Amino acid sequence: MNAIAPTKAKIRKIATFVEETHREMDRVISPPTRRAAAVAVIENPCAGKYVEDLSELIAIGEELGELLTQRAVAALGIPGASCESYGKAAAVGEDGEIEHAAAILHPKLGTPVRRVLGKGAALIPSSKKRGGMDVVLDIPLGHKDAAYVRSHFDGMEVRLNDAPRAKEIMVAIAVTDSGRPLPRVGGLNKDQIKGEDGLR
Amino acid sequence: MPEVVIRKMVTCVEEIFHEGGPIAAQPLRRAAAIAVIRNPYAGSYVENIAGFMDDLKPLGLQMARTLIGALGGDAKVVEGYGKGAIVGAAGELEHGALWHVPGGYAMREVLGGAKAIVASTKKVGGPGTRLDVPITHINASYVRSHFDAMEVGVNDAPRADEILLALVMTTGPRVHARVGGLKASEIKGEDGLR
Repeated sequence: MNAIAPTKAKIRKIATFVEETHREMDRVISPPTRRAAAVAVIENPCAGKYVEDLSELIAIGEELGELLTQRAVAALGIPGASCESYGKAAAVGEDGEIEHAAAILHPKLGTPVRRVLGKGAALIPSSKKRGGMDVVLDIPLGHKDAAYVRSHFDGMEVRLNDAPRAKEIMVAIAVTDSGRPLPRVGGLNKDQIKGEDGLR
Repeated sequence: MPEVVIRKMVTCVEEIFHEGGPIAAQPLRRAAAIAVIRNPYAGSYVENIAGFMDDLKPLGLQMARTLIGALGGDAKVVEGYGKGAIVGAAGELEHGALWHVPGGYAMREVLGGAKAIVASTKKVGGPGTRLDVPITHINASYVRSHFDAMEVGVNDAPRADEILLALVMTTGPRVHARVGGLKASEIKGEDGLR
């Protein structure tokens, strides 16, 4: 957990968060629903100027896809294949561009995420924004193999009081071992998943 | 004796590699364990509340062990600690004070008899309230390099009839500590201060 291999990204900080819900509206949730997020705060190599070619950020996204998914899964303490839902998000500091978040999140981050989780037929739900330190990132969550599983539509909030600075980007990946604590609004059930098209 | 009813447990770990200066050979790690529990005294003034401190002891020990686990499993890496509480709107500040004994002694016990008083803070607040938990060296409060703090909070807690309890541990000094004062290497470790 201490030393990490040299990375393309200049990482200032990595944070992990685990939430377990044991009760909701005074009903016992057994086993508790659990979700974890891993967040990296990195230097934005494209801050302060317009950069046409964002391939450096795309490569960083690939690297963080693996690193952050491993951290989040380790924080849950379960095999990657047992994770049920996932999501990703990024917040760009004020000297960066929303497109920088897109470069990290969309072209190459997903493949290593799916490698760590064993599968992941569904689109990884995402959100992005620009903001200052302590900006709130609401990471959207959806079932990893079938986006229509309604019990797993959810979100997890993460924030770090000292990030992102103006020339930084905060990148977050969340995984869960469950859906919402008391799902009861119908829709596709996880037992009914075919898991082929990523939707149902 | 009221029962300890837990709604939520949260663990946060930060690993800090640098803050604009040289990259640390050993990154600083800070971990927080948070429990959101029902406040058995919410909604009215209750004179006799002290017994709840005993009820909270097992939870304190569980959270202290969770922290050591989150920091890799070896209590010897822990150099700083702190604690705090946020009391929901239907409670009073004094309910947060119930955490001093079970939270503090749990960490000292799990760390093998740490000498320094456990720095603490508390307040009354609504869901999403943030708390800056103060941190000092576990054996000597005056070690300047280890004065630190970790912000904690949970977006949906505490509700009005809840208390959010927090314990925090760190593995070393601030990442670029360089303002002098008593050094960790100079601790006598007798009085908990120096």
